[in-house]
Amino acid sequence: MIWAAVLSTSVGCYALKALGWSVPARWLAGERLQRAAALLPLALLAALIVVQAFGSGHSLSIDARSAGLAAAGIAVLRRAPFLVVVLAAAATAALVRAL
Amino acid sequence: MDAAAPNPARSRVVRNAAAIGLAVGAYGLSFGAAAVTAGLSTLQACVLSLVAFTGASQFALVGVLGAGGSAAAGVAGSLLLGSRNTLYGVRLSSLLGIQGPKRYLAAQVTIDETTAMSTAAAPEVRRVAFWATAASVYGLWNLSTLLGALGAGAVNTSSLGLDAAVGAAFLALLAPQVRDRVGLRVALGGALLAAAAIPLAPAGVPVLIAGLAVLPAVLRR
Repeated sequence: MIWAAVLSTSVGCYALKALGWSVPARWLAGERLQRAAALLPLALLAALIVVQAFGSGHSLSIDARSAGLAAAGIAVLRRAPFLVVVLAAAATAALVRAL
Repeated sequence: MDAAAPNPARSRVVRNAAAIGLAVGAYGLSFGAAAVTAGLSTLQACVLSLVAFTGASQFALVGVLGAGGSAAAGVAGSLLLGSRNTLYGVRLSSLLGIQGPKRYLAAQVTIDETTAMSTAAAPEVRRVAFWATAASVYGLWNLSTLLGALGAGAVNTSSLGLDAAVGAAFLALLAPQVRDRVGLRVALGGALLAAAAIPLAPAGVPVLIAGLAVLPAVLRR
């Protein structure tokens, strides 16, 4: 099942890129389509943050991962580089679990 | 700037491309680790990076699978995130003027970083910016995915807090994209929709429902 997901994501993501290089530009020039494509990642990434940091099965919980996210938030506000943001979250979660 | 150097604009572009590759490498390490933590094999992580080659979509798939979501929900969320590359392709194909079979190679490396670099570059170094960024990001993304996957396979990922790194990665991706109040509203709307949907919908589906948060901004005239 994981292979099916990996392969369809891989082929699908390439097809989406190739589509842009293949269709006439005016087909995808609609203002609303452009705006939707620009904003969609914001909604999906925010949702993924909630699922990753607070979701456990069908309930929301505050745990070591949420503490990790808070640390990441502080790092982002201080304009830390990507690796620092990720490591701050991992180290904080590890610390909370070790306590 | 050294005006006597041969083509300073070109070497500056190449230097920037190398720097972007290094930054992406850090992200690739966390992707490889996250994929293995979510239950993928090292080979599966590497196939995603080699073929799908678009970070947020790859993270989205392993995030959903790791949370126990169905393959269909994971793939759907991943493709929704990848749809922006279609618009990048439209823009780059008119901007770069690449013809013939090379277009299909260019399509594979049409992502956030290459689009940002080539649209920001001066017209005479635009193609250099595109291909240099492509080479640097593709090479380091795949190398770091492999290293991250091998590294995570060798350690206890939960006690090292690596599961918390995925949410942090999404936050680091999201933050620079929230540039105005519309963006902020869409992001908050997506987060609230996901939180509301988690108790009700199967794993992975809350992420898709969150996509509806763009509707008010898109439908408004």
